Amino acid sequence: MNTIQTITERIANAAAGLPQTTIMEVCGTHTHAIRRHGIRQLLPENIRLVSGPGCPVCVTAEEDIALALALAKLPNVTLFCFGDMMRVPCGDESLLQLLSRGADVRIALSPLDALAFAKEHPAREVVWYGVGFETTTPHTAALLENAKRDNVKNLSVFSAHKTMPNALRALLGEDSGVDALLCPGHVASITGADAFRFLPEELRLPAAISGFEAEELLVAILALVTMQKSGNPALINAYPRVVKPEPNETARALVDAWFTPCDAVWRGLGMIPQSGLSLLPEHSKYDAVKRFALKPVVVPFRNACRCGDVLRGGIEPTECPLFGKVCVPQHPLGACMVSSEGACAAYYQYEGAGI
Amino acid sequence: MTDCITLAHGSGGRDYRELVETIFAPAFQNEYLSPLTDAAVLPAGDRIAMTTDGFVVNPLFFPGGDIGRLAVCGTVNDLAVSGAIPRYLSCAMVLETGLPLDTLRRIVASMASAAKEAGVVIVTGDTKVVEAGSCAGLTITTAGVGVFPAGCVIPPQQPQEGDVILCSAPIASHGMAVMAARHNLAFDPAIESDVRPLNHLIRAVLEAGVSVRAMRDPTRGGVAGTLTEWAGTKLNITLEEDFLPVRADVRAACAILGIDSVYVANEGVALFSLPAEQANLALAALQKAGCKEAAIIGSVANGHGSVFAKTHIGTFRRVLPPTGELLPRIC
Repeated sequence: MNTIQTITERIANAAAGLPQTTIMEVCGTHTHAIRRHGIRQLLPENIRLVSGPGCPVCVTAEEDIALALALAKLPNVTLFCFGDMMRVPCGDESLLQLLSRGADVRIALSPLDALAFAKEHPAREVVWYGVGFETTTPHTAALLENAKRDNVKNLSVFSAHKTMPNALRALLGEDSGVDALLCPGHVASITGADAFRFLPEELRLPAAISGFEAEELLVAILALVTMQKSGNPALINAYPRVVKPEPNETARALVDAWFTPCDAVWRGLGMIPQSGLSLLPEHSKYDAVKRFALKPVVVPFRNACRCGDVLRGGIEPTECPLFGKVCVPQHPLGACMVSSEGACAAYYQYEGAGI
Repeated sequence: MTDCITLAHGSGGRDYRELVETIFAPAFQNEYLSPLTDAAVLPAGDRIAMTTDGFVVNPLFFPGGDIGRLAVCGTVNDLAVSGAIPRYLSCAMVLETGLPLDTLRRIVASMASAAKEAGVVIVTGDTKVVEAGSCAGLTITTAGVGVFPAGCVIPPQQPQEGDVILCSAPIASHGMAVMAARHNLAFDPAIESDVRPLNHLIRAVLEAGVSVRAMRDPTRGGVAGTLTEWAGTKLNITLEEDFLPVRADVRAACAILGIDSVYVANEGVALFSLPAEQANLALAALQKAGCKEAAIIGSVANGHGSVFAKTHIGTFRRVLPPTGELLPRIC
C-alpha cells in the first residue's frame, strides 16, 4: 500500500462517526493545491474542505484596485505589480486593459525589479503595488530599505498588504461554522507557528500548519480530523521542515521598521480592524497615495456576488448564482474568481462536471 | 553600408539591394532564390500543403534559440504535422530602424541553419523597414509549402475512441525559456527552448506504417490547447500526469511561477493520436529518431468533450481550454 492510500485510510477511520466537519484553508496556494491534487476526492463525505480568505489577490479591496488603476493612469508613472494583479477587474477596467491602452504597467517577480528600473529611469516615477500577506510584505520592506540606502527618490509604494492572524480572529468568532483550520505554511514560516496558537487556545479550534504537496496536505488533514474526534484542539506543525515555532526575526524587524497595522477593507468581507499595513508616518514620502495626493475611491457594491459567503466558508463556489455563468476566470466579477488561487477560480479550473 | 538598419534599407534602392545581396542571399543560397526574381518557380507534386505564420518574440534571442530559428521551425512544423514533407519557405521581415546589422546577420544565419537542419530551402523573401519602436526590433513572417509523397495517407486529423496520445518530447520548455529570459529569471543553467524542426521524427513515425489519426505541434496554448481541441464535443481525453515528460528545470520554473506546464508553449514537441495497438510501433520509431523521452501520455474515449488529468495520487482534475496570457503569480 502506498503512502497516499495509508493516510487516506487513516483519515477515513478517524472521521468515522464524526458529524459533518468543516475544515477551512486560508492560503491561496493551499486552495489551488487542494483542487489541483483533487484532495477532496480522497476524503470521506463528512469531511468538508472550504476556502477562506487566503488569496491575497482576491481579498484586495476594489477601492484599492481603483487607486492602483488611478496610479497607472498618471502620465509619468511606471507601476510595478505581481502578475496576477494584472487581470483583477474594478468596474470595467483592469491593469491589463490599461497596459494595452498604453499605460506603463510592468510585471515584477520581485519588488526589487522596481528599484532597478527606478535607478535606470530617474525621470520616471516608479510605484510598487504591494499586495500580499506576511510572506510578501518583507519583500516590500526590503525594497524600501534598499531605496532608502541607495537614496532613490523616484520610488514609492502603494501598500495593500494585509496580515493573516487578525483576519482569522475576526472571521472565526462565534458560529463561524468552521470546525478546524488548515494553517498557511508560507505565512507561518514568517510569523512562526506560535502566531496560530490562539486558534486552539482561544477559539477551541484544531489547527494544523501544512505544506503544499498532496502528502503534506493529507497528513495535516489527518491531524485535524484526529483532534476533532478526540475533542482536544491543539496546534500541530505538520510543515516542520520549513516552519519554526518562533517568527523569522529578520523579516519581522524589516516589516516593523517600515509598516504599522491599520484597519483594512477586505474584498467580500468588509473592514477588519488592524488587518492591514500602512507605511509608518516617518516614511510617508515613500507612500504613493500621499505622494500623488490620491483621493479614496468609492466603488459600488455588487449585490449578486456572494464572495463574502464563499470566503467565510459559508457556501461552495457553485452555490453563488454568478459562478461559471457571468463570473468566469476570463471575466471575473467576484473576488474569488480573479486569481488562480481564488476559491472560485480553482474550483472552476479543476473540478466540475465529470469529476 | 552602415552598421544599423536605416530607412534607406526599406527604400528598394541601393541600400536595400545591398542588404539582400550581402545578408540574405548568401545565407539562404539555393537555386530557386539565386535569380532574385519576383517569384520563385518550384517543382512540386500534385498536392501541396501550404501554411503561414507570423513571429514576434521578446527577447529576440533566448536560450536554445532565437526568432529566426523559431520562424523556420514553426512553419516547418505546421507543414510536418499535416503529413507533408516541408520543402520551401518564404521569409518576410519587418525591420526597425536602428536594428544592428549584426543582430540581423545572426538571425539570418540562424534561419539558414534551421532550414538546413529541416531540409528546406528559403526561396523568396521581402523586407520592409519601419521606425524604431514600432515592432519590437523585428518581426518575421514565413510561409511554407510541403509536398506529399505519391500514395501516402494523409492523417485525417481526427482522434478516435481507443486511441492513445503520444508525446514526442518533454513539454513546456520553450514557453518557460522565453518567460525566464523576458523576466530576467537567472536560472542556472538557463532553461533552454526546445525549438527544433519536427519533420524528420514525424516522417519516421509515418514511414514506420503507423496510422496516425491526428498530429499537432502544441505551440501556444500548450498540450492543453491541443487536447481540448481534439476532445471537441464527442470525445473525452484522459491525461496521465505521471507519464507527461517535463524536464526537471522546467518543472521547477513552472512551480516557482505558478504556471501549469500543460498550458505552456512548445516548439519542439509533436503530439500524436493513434490506435492503441500501434503505440509501441510509434514509440519505437520515435526513440529511433532520437526522441528518448517520448511517452504515451493519455487515452481517448467516447464522451462529451472533456479533458481530465489523472494526478500522481490517483485523483482527477479537469483540464480546461487555455485562456488569456500566462502570467507569473504572486508568491
